[in-house]
Amino acid sequence: MIEVNRLSYAYDNKAGHEVLRDVSFDVKPGECVGILGNNGVGKSTLITCLCRIRTPKSGSVTMDGQDIYQMKRLDTARRIAYVAQKNEMSQTTVFDTVLLGRKPYMKLSVSREDMDICEQMIAQVGISEFALRYVSELSGGELQKVMLARALVQQPKLLLLDEPTSNLDPKNQYEMLTLVRNMAKESNISVLMVLHDVNLALRYCDRFLFLKSGTVYKYGDETIVTRETIADVYDIHATIAEVNGRKTLVVD
Amino acid sequence: MKRVEQDEYTRYIRRKWLTLLALCALMLGTGLLSLSVGAASLPLSEILRVLTGGGAEISQTIILHVRLPRIATAMSVGIALAMAGCVMQNVLRNPLASASTLGISQGASFGAAVAIVYFQAGIQSGVVSGAAMMAANPYTVTLFAFVGGISTTILILLLSYRGGAVPATMILAGVAIGAMFTGATALVQYFADDVRVGSIVYWTFGNLGRPGWREIRILTMLNLAGFLYFMHNRWNYNAMESGSHTAKSLGVNVDLLILISMAVATLVSATAIAFVGTITFIGLIAPHIVRKFVGNDYRFLIPGSAFMGGAILLAADIASRTIQSPAVLPIGALTSFLGAPLFLYMIIRRGNLAK
Repeated sequence: MIEVNRLSYAYDNKAGHEVLRDVSFDVKPGECVGILGNNGVGKSTLITCLCRIRTPKSGSVTMDGQDIYQMKRLDTARRIAYVAQKNEMSQTTVFDTVLLGRKPYMKLSVSREDMDICEQMIAQVGISEFALRYVSELSGGELQKVMLARALVQQPKLLLLDEPTSNLDPKNQYEMLTLVRNMAKESNISVLMVLHDVNLALRYCDRFLFLKSGTVYKYGDETIVTRETIADVYDIHATIAEVNGRKTLVVD
Repeated sequence: MKRVEQDEYTRYIRRKWLTLLALCALMLGTGLLSLSVGAASLPLSEILRVLTGGGAEISQTIILHVRLPRIATAMSVGIALAMAGCVMQNVLRNPLASASTLGISQGASFGAAVAIVYFQAGIQSGVVSGAAMMAANPYTVTLFAFVGGISTTILILLLSYRGGAVPATMILAGVAIGAMFTGATALVQYFADDVRVGSIVYWTFGNLGRPGWREIRILTMLNLAGFLYFMHNRWNYNAMESGSHTAKSLGVNVDLLILISMAVATLVSATAIAFVGTITFIGLIAPHIVRKFVGNDYRFLIPGSAFMGGAILLAADIASRTIQSPAVLPIGALTSFLGAPLFLYMIIRRGNLAK
């Protein structure tokens, strides 16, 4: 169980403007949570605070009762994995990139166990055919799968994804999110992902965290995704219709 | 579970080890070649006799007291500059980072100029090599050059400390401080007499014949310590290749890694420059050449760059001693003269070195 309690974050500049203010929510094991809201509302800042890329001004994040900011960095990395929105593409092979996810566990060198875990994950995610190609030669969809595999070999309890479907075509978007959801359910991993597409969130997430003006506007299951919520959060008029038994957002 | 990928990967890693062995052999082979060429040409058999304790007295003098220290210097300086350049390019996320582009060489030159002009370190009557004056008190010049070189990085680190170790700030600070030291050196030269100006210019040309075994031992020990620190952090550097956010999420203390790596890389390269004078481009081009063979995997890139740096400087030294034999051309000028076109060629071939 991950509990975020009254988390606030401000950029370290003169203005000291609070990007996040008193954000509180919890995520259960195996649950997929979509973080939704307009650009600049603090979605990416929130997940970068949760994996200690940024340090919040106040508040706490606990994982099974342990404060993550009191842990050693490597211990956090063994529990929380993060996939950035934009990944720097280096001249490194897919296998080496996935192997990097084992860094928090490495002693002096790469162990046989590290190799086995990577190989298994590469097969599971479906990237075996280009395991020895440089990541700089991959397409957007392939690269996102590699990054997901790298995060999953960290064997995290919490997986943070910053816009995992940006720059992907519809087929790759569905493939990617189906993979994430299946992995989360199979391995009991909590997933927090920033999404812009409300329909993708409705399809793949169990709960929805709507942010507005740097704080939680609403948090709950799909019953909170209503015409009023969408109007308040995105300032657009939309209807929530049922299509093939699934809630779907249709902009008026 | 099928092990096809793992087996393929193992073969791929084995190829990288073979590349490293080849680079090591290239460096040692160039060193051996360097032993045989020069004003007095010595056959390989005579070299081997001297190295095993035999050979003619004149051959012993040439090899053990002239060429061997020179070769050991070229090797250690090349290793130091290339290894430092490799790590600086990684932590500063900039393919142009090296001791010369960060102002460390310029700082060292300024230190040497101050020692020569204001501390009488560069003049000794009767010691004339070609048209230039020799630095008579090498220790004073070396010490000042070292302080000049290392102060550049201290300034960069202090300037960038306030905003966290932001790579772009560090690079820009390095360029600005380098320009400041170049200007300061010009001012020192402007008020100095001809003899001292000659000494400063001669120092900046670079001279691999300057250090003795004592200095070589210091360089070797520093290189070894630097190499161990860099290799200990090889996976941290690999993580940095995916961006600082990803590195942080993998448990890397990015700010600390940047600061300590910069400090160690500066210590290693500033010491090398202080002992032999300004030698540019090795730290810049050696890692880029090796990247073509081993990619951005720092398990192999760090030792590979070190071997390549040693090999390039040895080759440049051979060229400097043979082009106008018996005269020895200034090594610093030669590495810049040959290194710059090579670097331009690489930019044109690959389009973007940052990839």
